[in-house]
Amino acid sequence: MSEMKANETKKPLTVLQRILDDQNFMLMLGLVMPTVFYTLWGVMEVATIPIAP
Amino acid sequence: MAITTAQSPFRIDPLTGMRIDLKAQALVKINAVLAVVFLLVGGAAGLLVALTRWPAVHLLPADLFYMALTAHGVVALMVWIIFFEMAVIYFCASTVLSCRLATPGWAWVQVVLMTVGAAITAVAILQGNSSVMMTSYVPMDAAPHFYLGLILFAVGALIGCFVFLGTLVIAKEEQTYKGSLPLTVYGCLIAVIIAIFTIASGAIILIPTFLWSLGLIESIDPMMYRVIWWAFGHSSQQINVTAHITIWYTVASLAFGAKPMSEKVSRTAFLLYILFLQLGSVHHLLSDPGMSSAYKIFNTSYMMYMAVLASMIHGLTVPGAIEVAQRRNGYNNGLFEWLRKCPWGNPVFACTILSIIIFGFIGGITGVTMSVEQVNMIIHNTIYVPGHFHGTVAGGTTLAFMGLTYYLIPVLFQRELILPWLAKIQPWLFGIGIAVFGVALMGAGTLGVPRRHHDMTFAGQALSFEWPGMAYMMMAVGEIGGVVSVVGGAAFCVIVVGSILVGKKVPADAKCIVAPHADRNADKHIGMGGFEAPGTFVLALTLFVCLVLYYFINFKYLATVWTLA
Repeated sequence: MSEMKANETKKPLTVLQRILDDQNFMLMLGLVMPTVFYTLWGVMEVATIPIAP
Repeated sequence: MAITTAQSPFRIDPLTGMRIDLKAQALVKINAVLAVVFLLVGGAAGLLVALTRWPAVHLLPADLFYMALTAHGVVALMVWIIFFEMAVIYFCASTVLSCRLATPGWAWVQVVLMTVGAAITAVAILQGNSSVMMTSYVPMDAAPHFYLGLILFAVGALIGCFVFLGTLVIAKEEQTYKGSLPLTVYGCLIAVIIAIFTIASGAIILIPTFLWSLGLIESIDPMMYRVIWWAFGHSSQQINVTAHITIWYTVASLAFGAKPMSEKVSRTAFLLYILFLQLGSVHHLLSDPGMSSAYKIFNTSYMMYMAVLASMIHGLTVPGAIEVAQRRNGYNNGLFEWLRKCPWGNPVFACTILSIIIFGFIGGITGVTMSVEQVNMIIHNTIYVPGHFHGTVAGGTTLAFMGLTYYLIPVLFQRELILPWLAKIQPWLFGIGIAVFGVALMGAGTLGVPRRHHDMTFAGQALSFEWPGMAYMMMAVGEIGGVVSVVGGAAFCVIVVGSILVGKKVPADAKCIVAPHADRNADKHIGMGGFEAPGTFVLALTLFVCLVLYYFINFKYLATVWTLA
């Protein structure tokens, strides 16, 4: 697993790397984005269709 | 060699030098074996579907056809793949990080729940009153235990996701790795995050549907069902995409000693998946009249293209990493010597490279094109759609999983592969079969042949339709490809099960099968014209030209069928 050990460097992690490695933050992004743009928006579209008289 | 610690026993694998948690190994094995068993079931159902949709054969009557189609969809698209994904995430979290698995007891609960759930749903389908296909659109109603089985299966998978996340926490606390997570584990993390959204969406829609099937809820709005179900149905395929791309990186590393061309770029591409991949689910709703064009176009054309960009990055960096490794290992002449000298007879490599090609050229290009609202109108609900997703799920995901399985049989089961000659041709049988199936069905779909229909001739129906002869020919060629791919899938099951049961034991002094890191020749000048990976650059340009041409051909075709006069 040569690639697996490749990250064991002595350099400090950059801010982007810290963000990308933050499991909780990534989980939050992965839940919020599709929930807002796909699910909630889609549900609102269906819910606001006028009922036929 | 076995090592026992306070929490968990480990062994050092002679083939890879990896430290393997024995409890995790047992769980990886059982998930992988169950996956292959269900692949066999899903493949058998697929064979019946193919032999019915082949006009000259037309094997099954309508009721059995819809039963087989439901079984094929549920088992091949969900059960086989998610069982295997459980094996992959446990393997990556424990073995790649040299860490004990968190809460193995809960991981066994995952195995039991998923197995019982899949069995209950399978029984419901075989009883014949749940032929509602994988999508189970309301108001079509299935037996209550059809939904109950799916719910149990999903809960099991969710538990598996949290076992993975818990293992990452342990690995960090016990400092089994330093710095960033290795890229392969990072890819699994992204797949797990997508899986959590997917399973939550499934629960939101399947639990009320289960209650509706019991008569406890009066009705479920069909449009609302479709919106939320596709957050589950399409996102589950995005877990697959992320998982198989992770496997591409893993195989490139293990088999070639390849290092990603830029870890930062690859990780950023995974971030794009987290942000945008699941929004592509809207392309299933492109013909739904209740949804606005703003919703459809924002999600499928703008947001989804960011996820497509990420896929193109992965599609460039994995072959690019292999090319760089091959060139550093001495295959540095011309544009494609590195490619010619690849181990084409090795099933691990053959499965992986075919997965990359079929996913990119068949699944990828057509997926981007059919997600355009206008073009979607000419192929929506035609057999083009199964042609497309067999390119992604069967050609991309299943082939990648097959490749990893070939690698892991000697490592985890400590058995040599039986029938090596068959293992050599199996990826080509399956890959070429699926490629022919996908392309031919997309051709028939472009001519308007509907999907999910028992009889394309509409024999005995009030409204008949005369298809051009080409449509019948495309369906025949496609289903022949489907049968070839089933033969390839059956060969895979024979090799895997046979190797586990009767394969020769791997000797304790076996040679390491992990390629040394290609970085050892980092000072060597490689590439051409200032490019380290010029061959991959040419291949990527070819893919891009094909995409652009295909895109405009479809708009041209749209203009001929959608006249404004």
